[in-house]
Amino acid sequence: MSQAEMNWAAIDADPRFQALHKKKLAFLWSLMIISVVYYFLLPIGAAYFQDLFKIKVWGPVNVGIVFALSEFIVAWTIAAVYAVRANKQFDAMAAEIIRDAHKIN
Amino acid sequence: MNLKLIGGAAALAIMSSVAFAGAGAVADEFKWMTFAVFGAIIAITMYVTYWAARQTHSTSEFYAAGRSVTGIQNGWAIAGDYLSAASFLGIAGLISLYGYDGFMYSVGWLVAYITVLLVIAEPCRNIGKYTLGDILAFRNNPKASKTVAALSTITVSTFYLTAQMVGGGVLIKTLIGIDYHVSVIGVGVLMLAYVVFGGMKATTWVQIIKAVLLVTASILLVLITWGQYGFSLPGFLQAVISDPKVQAQVAKLVGDAATNMTPEELGQRFLEPGLFLKNPIDQISLGMALVLGTAGMPHILMRFFTVPTAQAARTSVLWAMGIIGGFYVLTLFLGMGAAINVGAVNISSLDPGGNMAAPMLAQFAGGGADSVLGNLFLAFVAAVAFATIVAVVAGLVLAAASAMAHDIYVGVIKGDHASPQEQVIAARVSSVIVGIMAIYVGIAAEGQNVAHLVALAFAVAASSNLPAVFLTLYWKRANTYGIVAGMLVGAITAIGLVMISPNMTYPKAVLKDADKVLNGEPAQEAKPAVPAVAASSFTCELFAMEGCVASAPAKAASLEKPAKPGAADKLASLNEKLATLTDAKEIEKVKKDIAATEKAKKKAEENMKKFEGQTTSMMGLEKPYFLLKNPGLISIPLGFLVVIIGSLLFRDKRSEEMWDELYVRQNTGINAEAASAH
Repeated sequence: MSQAEMNWAAIDADPRFQALHKKKLAFLWSLMIISVVYYFLLPIGAAYFQDLFKIKVWGPVNVGIVFALSEFIVAWTIAAVYAVRANKQFDAMAAEIIRDAHKIN
Repeated sequence: MNLKLIGGAAALAIMSSVAFAGAGAVADEFKWMTFAVFGAIIAITMYVTYWAARQTHSTSEFYAAGRSVTGIQNGWAIAGDYLSAASFLGIAGLISLYGYDGFMYSVGWLVAYITVLLVIAEPCRNIGKYTLGDILAFRNNPKASKTVAALSTITVSTFYLTAQMVGGGVLIKTLIGIDYHVSVIGVGVLMLAYVVFGGMKATTWVQIIKAVLLVTASILLVLITWGQYGFSLPGFLQAVISDPKVQAQVAKLVGDAATNMTPEELGQRFLEPGLFLKNPIDQISLGMALVLGTAGMPHILMRFFTVPTAQAARTSVLWAMGIIGGFYVLTLFLGMGAAINVGAVNISSLDPGGNMAAPMLAQFAGGGADSVLGNLFLAFVAAVAFATIVAVVAGLVLAAASAMAHDIYVGVIKGDHASPQEQVIAARVSSVIVGIMAIYVGIAAEGQNVAHLVALAFAVAASSNLPAVFLTLYWKRANTYGIVAGMLVGAITAIGLVMISPNMTYPKAVLKDADKVLNGEPAQEAKPAVPAVAASSFTCELFAMEGCVASAPAKAASLEKPAKPGAADKLASLNEKLATLTDAKEIEKVKKDIAATEKAKKKAEENMKKFEGQTTSMMGLEKPYFLLKNPGLISIPLGFLVVIIGSLLFRDKRSEEMWDELYVRQNTGINAEAASAH
């Protein structure tokens, strides 16, 4: 599989590659935006919504601590969601393109 | 020959550490234990280096471990590379001194890996070879983009490296009393042995070993400290807020406001935000630098070239996130555990930044300062801290050396025409140069405040490397002109803003504080409460411009304060008091006070001498002009903007022609660099 044999423009234009590109990009952007927004809620909340952060919910455990811990859960969940989708869908779509890469002209 | 040299380096490191050990956190009678643990760790890593050296012949083996590292191994190595002493000891320390804010600070370091996972890891594995420069050179002018990429890589690595070397030297001195210079040279020599002989393979395994040790030590400590409370979160935190040491620390931090608070309220305040991080805009700026900077760190990027496929790169980020995130959750217990078991006063007496919280907790958990087990635990944590510094420095040196050898020497000077042998020699020679430079910088920067250099390294990576890599990978119009201009502007803005920020030393303020210590403060009348002041505009939040009203937080009413005596008077009265005391506990307490006052007096006198007659900082400023500690808020958007404008203004045929190939390859992995036969 040498480089010279590939017609990159044709692969790029191939409907299967376009489908992969569109699905992947939309998915990545939405995950990225969710994680960034959720992350910045923490410093914003700690600075401007201190009264909310101080409410005790479980003994001395307050909203602030629960929220900070939830940041870890959300980060791990986003990573897991991406991994599942990439393993199941994107890899398969890419494999099909790789298999036919020589033939696409 | 290699083996002999490696053995020599190890022997030198151990001997020098034994010979120069002075006073430190570890008592003299238990020092042998620390050196035994150090020796064991050094011996294991040296064996690994010997094993790796026998398999490291080609360029791909030297820079990328032959792309034979598995996803799980790479995940551990990333965690080992990332959990520097600053995060391992620093965050536990911040939590032990400031509670909630320290924990909040740790979150950004994990979220950063979402960016790495989603936009950087797989595409870089698919199109990259050894360096950041390789990724940029794929569709941009190779010589131009490799030159700026190498410059930026070396800049970022040097900042981070300096912080690690200086921090490491101080840490080892505080822990076991080894002379600062000897520690720095010891770290440097060991790290050079790993990198020069074993290349990426040895570096990877040193990082894996260190990460395993670090996680084991933390889990063990948390089991002991949290176990007492039956692993109940509210039970543990209840103990934290009812602890008189914690309440006293909060009272000290909130100052006058403490007079109206009950002990329970003071304790609870430890679990609420605002004791350490005061300026929310600064935090957002730091958050941006972390979340975008990690993905632009050359030594992190480089780790993705060591795995065989993009799928393995994905697996490695998942493992890294699990380990790093889990570790930060543990630091909550380490920090809070140190706060109740050791106490803020004892922690900050050894190190004001709190770095000794975790080691001291280890000593306590094993049975205290006089017990054998306690000192064994302390020895173990000290050795882990040492391994941490060496592992992180090795990764950084490898990144900087690859930029020097692969990008500049092979790519730019030799125009990519260098024999494989020549390339490996260039890589080893560059490692030696960078390593010696690291030792030199570490010694030259002794006593300097280098804490902000870590944040600066992230800010430069986020403002220079990330926009360039991101737009090269995902934006069709991006080209050489935009990349070169954007990287330069991003890096220069980030560095420039820090030079005029509150991170620098301003002699006027230092002299004023020193004067207060030496000559005391006059009595103050009671003051009414002052409401918060908002800045007159958003720009005024960022810059100290003429006509600006700076923002200020609300102040509670304060009571009348008596005059504070100067250091000399205070010492005299303390000594007088000491003479009249009979109770052993009280004598101990006053003696501690005397030692602390003498320390403060000495420091103030040194500062008085050092800054005598100076009124302005290095940049000729009396006070900071840029008001944030982290420049990310301005320099990151600017870096992106300049790449975009530069790309739109000029055209570059190669950047356009190569887009299809880059985009297809980064998404599919066709023609990606394959693993070598090993």
